[in-house]
Amino acid sequence: MTELTKLTLAEARARLAAREITASELTQAYLAAIEAANPTINAYVAVTAERALEMARRSDERLARGEGGALEGIPLGIKDLFATEGVHTQACSHILDGFKPPYESTVTANLWADGAVMLGKLNMDEFAMGSSNETSYYGNVVNPWRREGSNEALVPGGSSGGSAAAVAAWLCAGATATDTGGSIRQPAALTGTVGMKPTYGRCSRWGVVAFASSLDQAGPITRTLRDNAIMMRSMASVDAKDTTSVDMPVPDYEAAIGRSVKGLKIGIPAEYRIDGLPAEIAALWQQGIDWLKAAGAEIVEISLPHTKYALPAYYIVAPAEASSNLARYDGVRYGLRVPGEDIADMYENTRAAGFGAEVKRRVLIGTYVLSAGYYDAYYLRAQKVRSLIKRDFDEAFDAGVDAILTPATPDAAFAPGAFSGDPVQMYLNDVFTVTVNMAGLPGLAVPAGLTGSGLPLGLQLIGRPFGEETLYTLGTVIEEAAGRFEPGKWW
Amino acid sequence: MSVDVDTVKRVAHLARIKVTDEEAGRMTGELNTILAFVEQLDEVNVDGVEPMTSVVHQQMKKRADVVSDGGYPDKVVANAPASDDNFFMVPKVVE
Repeated sequence: MTELTKLTLAEARARLAAREITASELTQAYLAAIEAANPTINAYVAVTAERALEMARRSDERLARGEGGALEGIPLGIKDLFATEGVHTQACSHILDGFKPPYESTVTANLWADGAVMLGKLNMDEFAMGSSNETSYYGNVVNPWRREGSNEALVPGGSSGGSAAAVAAWLCAGATATDTGGSIRQPAALTGTVGMKPTYGRCSRWGVVAFASSLDQAGPITRTLRDNAIMMRSMASVDAKDTTSVDMPVPDYEAAIGRSVKGLKIGIPAEYRIDGLPAEIAALWQQGIDWLKAAGAEIVEISLPHTKYALPAYYIVAPAEASSNLARYDGVRYGLRVPGEDIADMYENTRAAGFGAEVKRRVLIGTYVLSAGYYDAYYLRAQKVRSLIKRDFDEAFDAGVDAILTPATPDAAFAPGAFSGDPVQMYLNDVFTVTVNMAGLPGLAVPAGLTGSGLPLGLQLIGRPFGEETLYTLGTVIEEAAGRFEPGKWW
Repeated sequence: MSVDVDTVKRVAHLARIKVTDEEAGRMTGELNTILAFVEQLDEVNVDGVEPMTSVVHQQMKKRADVVSDGGYPDKVVANAPASDDNFFMVPKVVE
């Protein structure tokens, strides 16, 4: 049975369509793998076994009638940030204790409409705030990867740490994730998986618990580029319920896999050669350049002069939006309530008990930068800097650049607690990814190599707005040259 | 700019999060670390730059001004910590 979980999504799809395997068998194999691994990996915070088997049974009926959808019978894990009707949806926060939405997010509804099977809800940093999955109310996720010859536990990255770990450890065929500053691409890079943060507006945010609404985007984490393209097509849609959903038809991303990259112009931004970049990462970046060049792409040096300001601007814009979005958790309509002397005291007690330390930190920063007298100095200035960051990218694309190649992260997976006590050091994990959210662009993390101690490293491809297909085409060159990376199973 | 403990307590009250003196002290240090980090934005010349309001150039979508959803108050209050007769129950707010 364990072999079934090792199939890629595309392989499983083919064998299901050929009726060589059934959705029920595949789902049972994943449920067994989760039962065995989850006490160690802690990727799932809720397993919906009965629902999964029922969905699989219906998939088998449709497959028997030859009516299968694009993801018919494919077992997926869903980040706890997506509203799933009647099922645990708490953004891994204590303040949403017991919340079971009476509605379904658009992204997950799209997946079920295409025949996918829900295995359960995946662990994450509380309200998607974190880069190591250490802020979850449900405990740390453990990276399936360990350094060679070491038993030390490592973080899977965050905030979509459960999604990335579950995909890497064969606990789902693919997973939904979300990315506000790097939360799809950084955990993908740290677990040897493929993660796409699409263009802002490509996936509906309706029914996704809001963190920073102008930056949040949903996307898939998978084991291969092709799997990612398949899942992306089902997740993306035009949705009247999200006013920022863009009115553009969803392309067949899978058709972009294997297209020629001849003549594509790849920008290499000088500003991403930051001080202290590990030699292994610099070498990997050069390797990626060489691979793309060998495949026929043209490499050009570019400049994105405002790069270093993206992270500080993000730490004003994102907390400001978070402080507004998280105002709704007041102990009245859903989740936790801690009584108080009066209603204001009840609010304060509820939010004190319900939010973790990182969430409180960001809500306070956000409240401060939006408060009277500071709005212009902080928030307005940060939004102007954001315009400059986007302008840098616009100028590169106007000059004919089709995509930009950078490292995905400044380092490989680290140990829990490595950055405790200094929030800014933890925030620096997103230094290469956060620019992409600030400009609303698509970004793809592709596994590209291993460190000397055997941990996965990723490269990032940044595209023009709605240039996801180009990223899949270019990513395939890296995937084919680098090969795929799998952890040795120890759990 | 930096904040002191009293400012942190005032902001925490604005955000409706109760903090102990010990927490406020710890948060003061953390917030100042973050505020020092974002201070580098002061180096950037933003004269004549429009603040970003949307990353995608698109007219805000508008829907017809008609009732398109609703009629299920039991679902709306289903997750409430306290409700009665489809009303949310809160501590007394008027004398």
